[in-house]
Amino acid sequence: MLHEIKSLLIDKFGSEVIQSENPSGLQPWLAIKVDFIEKVCHELHDNPKTFFDFLSCLSGVDNGPQQNTLEVIYNLCSIPHKTQLTLKVIVPRQTEDGSLPSVPSVCSVWGTANWHEREAYDMIGINFINHPDLRRILCPQDWEGYPLRKDYKTQEFYHGIKVEY
Amino acid sequence: MGLLDYKFDQGRVIITRVDDVLNWARLSSIWPIGFGLACCAIEMMATMASGHDLDRFGVFPRPSPRQSDLMLVAGTVTFKMAERVKRLYEQMPEPRYVLSMGSCSNCGGPYWEYGYHVLKGVDRVIPVDVYVPGCPPRPEALIGGILKLQEKIRNESLLNPAALV
Ligand code: SF4
Repeated sequence: MLHEIKSLLIDKFGSEVIQSENPSGLQPWLAIKVDFIEKVCHELHDNPKTFFDFLSCLSGVDNGPQQNTLEVIYNLCSIPHKTQLTLKVIVPRQTEDGSLPSVPSVCSVWGTANWHEREAYDMIGINFINHPDLRRILCPQDWEGYPLRKDYKTQEFYHGIKVEY
Repeated sequence: MGLLDYKFDQGRVIITRVDDVLNWARLSSIWPIGFGLACCAIEMMATMASGHDLDRFGVFPRPSPRQSDLMLVAGTVTFKMAERVKRLYEQMPEPRYVLSMGSCSNCGGPYWEYGYHVLKGVDRVIPVDVYVPGCPPRPEALIGGILKLQEKIRNESLLNPAALV
């Protein structure tokens, strides 16, 4: 299955669309080059052969300062075909100008992505380009930092209240 | 009522202190503002339900801070919630009391070290009268806390209040 989808994507977008892959394990995955992710998702959703009509989950992952990468993981599911697929996008942790690493939003493909991407933004600090409403979803709006980053340090005070024990 | 009828039915008088009557009335109808913040709230609800029946102590939850004497902080206070808790407390008429129920609201509980989002004790935003330990405290423990509060009220003097320190 993974192989067929891979060749389908390469036929459509060229060989540079796949950055890496892992065909084994419980969740075989394809890592898609970041610029292609929205188009790839549209294709996998619209193509009747794949028809991934459901985004089961979208998560952000911090691989830590050593590997120096952040990931977004997309768990797709096709209800009529009874198939599942895991996609990844891997981006560097730091950008040159110090802004948040950016990944195109897939909200235009699956509405479900809206809150999941807000969570990844809130917890990991990933900027989703063209997201309709990219606000923090769990922490207060004026919270500092991204708590699930491996090198996260809590702020000392929040509105004058000491944060540490 | 036999004994009381026998004592008072012929227009007899009793002599007591105004403070004692006021305190007796107040401690027999402690109305808490009805809200729960996490798992402890389930135990609070169980305490108020028929099995443990807090109503027999005159404790009866109110839907508005304006009608409440007691704030029962039952659960995990996040920083996002802390400011709401403080505002609710400020909306309560005096004399008002706070009972902190469970480790979370006493001191941060299981989140004391890594819970970046949890207030490490509700006493950092509002003054607490009674702390009930436990995770969660059993209904008996909560009832014990209410009895402690009754004891506190019984020894107060509204007409000649001790200065707030
Ligand atoms: S003290 Fe324990 S039971 Fe109570 S809110 Fe905290 S974690 Fe839940």
